Amino acid sequence: MSDRLLVATRKGLFDLRGDAAGGMAIAGRWFLGEPVSAVLRDPLDGAIYAALDLGHFGAKLHRSDDDGASWREVAVPSYAGLDGDPALAMMWVLEAGPAAPYGSGSIWAGTIPGGLFRSDDRGESWTLNRALWDDPLRPQWFGGGFDQPGLHSISFDPRDSNRLAVGVSCGGAWLSEDGGETWAVSTEGMWAAYMPPAERENPATQDPHRIVRCASAPDALWTQHHNGVFRSVDGGRSWREIAIAPSSFGFAVAVHPADPDTAWFVPAIGDQQRYPCDARFLVTRTRDGGDTFESLTAGLPQGESYDLVYRHGLDVDGTGERLAVGSTTGSLWVSDDGGDQWVGVSANLPPIHAVRWV
Amino acid sequence: MARVTFTDRLRHVAPTGTVVVRGARLLDLIDAIGADYPNLPAYVLDEHRRVRKHVAVFVDGALVRGQAALDLELAPDADVYVMQALSGG
Repeated sequence: MSDRLLVATRKGLFDLRGDAAGGMAIAGRWFLGEPVSAVLRDPLDGAIYAALDLGHFGAKLHRSDDDGASWREVAVPSYAGLDGDPALAMMWVLEAGPAAPYGSGSIWAGTIPGGLFRSDDRGESWTLNRALWDDPLRPQWFGGGFDQPGLHSISFDPRDSNRLAVGVSCGGAWLSEDGGETWAVSTEGMWAAYMPPAERENPATQDPHRIVRCASAPDALWTQHHNGVFRSVDGGRSWREIAIAPSSFGFAVAVHPADPDTAWFVPAIGDQQRYPCDARFLVTRTRDGGDTFESLTAGLPQGESYDLVYRHGLDVDGTGERLAVGSTTGSLWVSDDGGDQWVGVSANLPPIHAVRWV
Repeated sequence: MARVTFTDRLRHVAPTGTVVVRGARLLDLIDAIGADYPNLPAYVLDEHRRVRKHVAVFVDGALVRGQAALDLELAPDADVYVMQALSGG
């Protein structure tokens, strides 16, 4: 099981390690006071990337080549020269491009206002994916939660990493078969409760909050959408809606890396309230592809909980047994048994944006 | 020669204290200082070389916003402060 967890928060990046008692403890802290919007540890070379959202002074990216001992500011994606003067507001997600075919040091960034960027030199320079940016549907995208649309999910198919899926709030789910040279929006089966009746199936305004893919069965994808949970078993070409009790609203989803039928969600009251139903915090799990769900509550607060989990605030490790969930109120829990039992790691962290087993 | 001072918040990318720089407009000053502090310009300006929304530029004691800060012709002995607007959380 993974024994190291990176936690990106409103006020810094935290490095948690397994401790002697079998729990997790904060072993390092970087960028204290700074909002960290995304974090990545490239499995190919071990470099850690921290995306900062400095607000006043813009979005910044730092890289550490020595596991966090030192950091260096590198380049950020740029929208210079584009019509309409869009500007980088935030890096929302960072992913490492697989060695084949992208080579070592390939880093991909999903940003607000919606651009997908790629670096082939470990963040020293960035290139906007023009095929997606120039798609005639993109002008229909709009912001959800932020003023502008944002690209938050980037998922490679491990069988052929030229095949990838990305998710945009609010701009739909998109597939490429050729490493991003061409794109097709792919939301058949999704629908949007927040759109007028005639526009509910418009693919370009769907709001997938998070899209994840099963590593060992890459045609199995799960989406936590603004108004529902959707599952695909055909590589994202079509989606089937799945209802979950106590709520189908949420932001985060994780899928078991070896079992496409097992996935976890963190429901909340939709649409405006956005706190746990009855103020009871729970994680829901399916083990049968969405036919049934269990509410996992052991070790989680069953009253007076106002924890919301953002879209990158839930992660499962490579074994599928170890989970982490981090909330807007700075609570962090981990489970070593697929969610049956949870242990609180902290209730005093800053608001958590993302958790990542590395 | 303008006297330019940056908020302490930028001390990791900007000169500390006040620096004296030649330049007729704000961008000239930023570029001149940026020659020695290459990360600095991107903290003050976005990728279109616009002053970031929450960066506050004071010239001779007066707050100058947005495009006006870029257009302003500086007096030869201008005092320029690059500060941050206040916002909380």
